[in-house]
Amino acid sequence: MFNLDEVRAKFPILDQEVNGHTLVYLDSAATSQKPQSVIDIVNDYYNRYNSNVHRGVHTLGTYATEGYEGAREKVKNFINASSTMEVIFTRGTTTALNKVAHSYARANLSEGDEIVLTKMEHHSNIIPWQQAAHATGAKLRYIPLQDDGTITLEDVREAVTSKTKIVAMTHVSNVLGTINPIKEVAKIAHENGAVIVVDGAQSVPHMKVDVQDLDVDFFAFSAHKMCGPTGVGVLYGKQELLEEMEPVEFGGEMIDFVNLYDSTWKELPWKFEGGTPIIAGAIGLGAAIDFLNEIGLDEIEKHEQEITEYALEQMKTIDGITIYGPKKRAGLVTFNLDDVHPHDLATALDSLGVAVRAGHHCAQPLMKELQVAATARASFYLYNSKQDVDIFVDGLKKTKEYFGDVF
Amino acid sequence: MSFNNLDTLYRQVIMDHYKNPRNRGQLEGDHITVELNNPTCGDRIDLQLKIEDGVVKDAKFEGEGCSISMSSASMMTQVIIDRPVDEAIKISEMFSDMMLGKEMEGYDFDIDELGDIQALQGVSKFPARIKCATLAWKAMEQGVEKEE
Repeated sequence: MFNLDEVRAKFPILDQEVNGHTLVYLDSAATSQKPQSVIDIVNDYYNRYNSNVHRGVHTLGTYATEGYEGAREKVKNFINASSTMEVIFTRGTTTALNKVAHSYARANLSEGDEIVLTKMEHHSNIIPWQQAAHATGAKLRYIPLQDDGTITLEDVREAVTSKTKIVAMTHVSNVLGTINPIKEVAKIAHENGAVIVVDGAQSVPHMKVDVQDLDVDFFAFSAHKMCGPTGVGVLYGKQELLEEMEPVEFGGEMIDFVNLYDSTWKELPWKFEGGTPIIAGAIGLGAAIDFLNEIGLDEIEKHEQEITEYALEQMKTIDGITIYGPKKRAGLVTFNLDDVHPHDLATALDSLGVAVRAGHHCAQPLMKELQVAATARASFYLYNSKQDVDIFVDGLKKTKEYFGDVF
Repeated sequence: MSFNNLDTLYRQVIMDHYKNPRNRGQLEGDHITVELNNPTCGDRIDLQLKIEDGVVKDAKFEGEGCSISMSSASMMTQVIIDRPVDEAIKISEMFSDMMLGKEMEGYDFDIDELGDIQALQGVSKFPARIKCATLAWKAMEQGVEKEE
């Protein structure tokens, strides 16, 4: 059974006052908070067995390697990859997507080819493809958005053609909360001979993801949005694709034999992990996965849905509020209040201890599409309560009054 | 719950500049244009300066942003119009010191005499908002450099 009080008690950071008020943290889509178990395991690594991996003959090196590779096994099971060879540790989602854009895209794209994106992508799933297109002469093509911030499969079929080599799409929009039909899009991509690359930064923390069931070719996500440490993430790729790909970074850890004029690479996944990896981070991610599994992603998703529905209901009662995104959405609400700029709104809420995000959310093309310069966003996770929502909504009303007096 | 501490940030005069910006619009004739963004938040200013013989003859701005960035732009244009360029730059440096909460020493001006900009002093207590307040001033500095 999901017990919110027990869950909250596991996050030490929540138990504090900010600007004289109990912290209400509604910015988990930017980064989630960390449970004590994750904080402890990272400390434990540094306190007891900090060592480099894959090279030391000594005991601590063995512990570190076991911890690091054990985390890979946990990731493999968590997303149901078919082998740990398909799990590459990266610095985060951005690095993971860049690896695909550098290695796979540059080797497989040529002039006239197309990369299909949606208009709701985060900058990290736009710019790597722009750069790959500039380098190869390929073109970008965008699937349009419906008024409610969703895409239709008809539009996907229209955009994905025999010219398409790559479809790059977010699983869940960090602004709209839209959940994209990845499985269906993957099918369309494959029917046209394209691969699909998925930005899973906003989905993996919140819902069960099975990369084999979705039949995606590449899938990227970050540890820090799923209760894990910053600075570590994952690139999943199908083994047969990864085998064919050249590494992006060259140096220590990723080599087999090094000669004066040429070298060979280690096997998967290490050929993509040049340099000393993010050992503590990966071990922390493993602990985050244990933590999420213990509570259960189904329970987490259910709880977030309840909170989000409740928030939407309450927010809709405020005059002059505009809410962006579809009815069926992941656990976040992006909005604007008439006559209050989102920065002013976020500052006002912060003075009440409520943390929300304001700005363009790393999605400038989407902001243009929505015809706004900036928006505010409240995002929820397993530790948020209805009381958090009440404090937030009350804060919105007060903010509206405060700034309303001036106008 | 109350917003008492917000009053140090959102002074009446700031909200007045936000609501009724001075020198908002487009300059006619020859002028310098600087467009600056605050890439982390999406604030944007399009500042136009008319500089003749080392003096800022006129200034106008357009853009979008929060109350702090837009009121700061409005106040800035008021202060620099009809001032020599080097004075405008000195005032910008002084403003920067004020934002960083530093003592404003070694300047030939008194902050009270520089239009309404003193009202923005409270921004220094809100570190996340300092960039909002300095955007227009950075645009002015870049514009002046262009002229030189």
